[in-house]
Amino acid sequence: MNVADWVVLLGTIVGIAAYGSWRTRRVRSLDTYLRGNASTGWGTIGVSVMATQASAITFLSIPGQGFESGIGFVQNYFGLPLALIIVCAVFLPMYRRLNVYTAYEFLGQRFDEKTRLLGAGLFLLQRGLAAGVTIYAPAIIISTVLGWPLDLVIVLTGLLVIVYTVTGGSEAVALTHKWQMAVISAGMVTAMVVLLLRLPAGLGFTGAAHVAGALGKLQAVDFSLDPSRRYTVWTGVFGGLFLSLAYFGTDQSQVQRYIGGASLREGRLGLMFNAVLKIPMQFVILLLGALLFVFYQFAPHPVFFNQAEWRRHAQDDRFQALEAEHAGAVAQSQSAIRGWLEARASHDTAREASARAVMVAASQRTDAIRAEAKAALLAADPRAKTKDSDYVFITFILTQLPHGAVGLLVAVMFAAALSSKASELAALGTTTTIDFWRHFRPLAAADEARNVRVARRFTALWGVFAVAFALFAGFAENLIEAINILGSIFYGVLLGLFVVAFFLRRVGGSAVFFAAVTAQALVIAMYFSLNIGYLWYNLIGCAACIAFSVALQAVLPPRASPDQGRAG
Amino acid sequence: MTPAPRPDERSEAEPPDVPGFRTWRGVYLFVFAFFVLVVALLTVFTRVFS
Repeated sequence: MNVADWVVLLGTIVGIAAYGSWRTRRVRSLDTYLRGNASTGWGTIGVSVMATQASAITFLSIPGQGFESGIGFVQNYFGLPLALIIVCAVFLPMYRRLNVYTAYEFLGQRFDEKTRLLGAGLFLLQRGLAAGVTIYAPAIIISTVLGWPLDLVIVLTGLLVIVYTVTGGSEAVALTHKWQMAVISAGMVTAMVVLLLRLPAGLGFTGAAHVAGALGKLQAVDFSLDPSRRYTVWTGVFGGLFLSLAYFGTDQSQVQRYIGGASLREGRLGLMFNAVLKIPMQFVILLLGALLFVFYQFAPHPVFFNQAEWRRHAQDDRFQALEAEHAGAVAQSQSAIRGWLEARASHDTAREASARAVMVAASQRTDAIRAEAKAALLAADPRAKTKDSDYVFITFILTQLPHGAVGLLVAVMFAAALSSKASELAALGTTTTIDFWRHFRPLAAADEARNVRVARRFTALWGVFAVAFALFAGFAENLIEAINILGSIFYGVLLGLFVVAFFLRRVGGSAVFFAAVTAQALVIAMYFSLNIGYLWYNLIGCAACIAFSVALQAVLPPRASPDQGRAG
Repeated sequence: MTPAPRPDERSEAEPPDVPGFRTWRGVYLFVFAFFVLVVALLTVFTRVFS
């Protein structure tokens, strides 16, 4: 990184954070602090919802996923538009009608306080742990880029987001999201344009797509019914529907983005904006990864993309032999690809099939050497981090982009990290304040200034916790999967609570509470004992919570009607 | 503990005020149809390039 990169990086990231803090420094109203400006329009809500979900992990791991496994991960988002329609039609109108600050207040009103605390507790547990991982992701980049200590980067980025989130609360979060998304969009378009320009002459987008497709990277949809396959249309539509419904409908970091705003219409349109754009956006990011794969078939690249980890262990002749072997295999693969392109252009089917077989074999040979390199790393150090796909895109950024653009792309990672982090911290602080602190100190609810002060303190406290957790998050090999797995374990049951609340009016608080606890124990036990796609746990947790609730309600004494309750 | 409902909250039956749509159901149908179209295009993309 040179001076131009530093100017772009600091100008965007620190500038946006400072702007957000300065513009919202006078926020004193609890409503504004927790729900944002009451005149917020659908565009800001839509961008804020998108920025909350699009963490740095999105821009680190997903291109790596496209590079390594192809674009099939896009199916993970197939349930999202359907889930957002349900949130718009059912969840959002209810939240606004009850005028709640958190989704879990609704559980308290529908069931009882213990169920509310359970829902809020599941959220705090899941989101609190994930918050550590989301701060860890950009820290890897910057520590790799600058050679700074990872721990120092985690602390510095954590402090930056804590400052403006604590200062302006939800209003600062929404305000900074707009500018952060502008930086992200500009950066990703720049990266895609540079990548296309750097492809070998004559190959172009179509040629590169054909190469990627022939090497198995462009299977966007898979209709297989095999439950052990991680990404299929069915896991995406059904598992993804439950994951998205839980995330957008019950996760306070998202609920907080759309329950404020000028009217119900603004929240709904903001969510529909995401329902339309999310799959195309994820497809483009994955496609970028698949095209990176093609680019690196023609450009020199390391046998292992996490070069810091490689250099730490690769000190004997075996590693140097692997590097030489890999370089030779890449040259062979490149030659085989050119041979296949020529055969394809000749329209000779038999020649094309033969050349394709040679190309696939050459690519598999390269993959095998990469696997050998990882095995060698593990043999040298059993604790070595062997998943290097998160480093593919950043390697491309640092070695192929012009100065200025490097700073912009590093700023993309930071902007994404800060945007999702800010939403998480605001939500964690809000939930702790509203669902726990005010629950145990009901008399303090009337003192608005004190509530704002307490919300600021809890937000800061969660920020410090996330930083501390991130310092120990080195075990997370593939970051986006780590977060999705964590989410899938807890979200299903949380969603089950809300589904029962919305659709099963006969079920009471005690039945749903004990059903949720049992269902959560079941999901955790299944996770540690079965080998099925993790998205299914969203469905299993939700279904178990609903089924146990109905069964328990059948054996428990009938629930008192609301009128009886009031009379008592 | 929960604040009172906002008195100025409009009904969820309010029109979407989006050109070409008179009801929210129409908006949802459009979003669903767009989703189906995207999946269909991705299927075609897979067939063409894989």
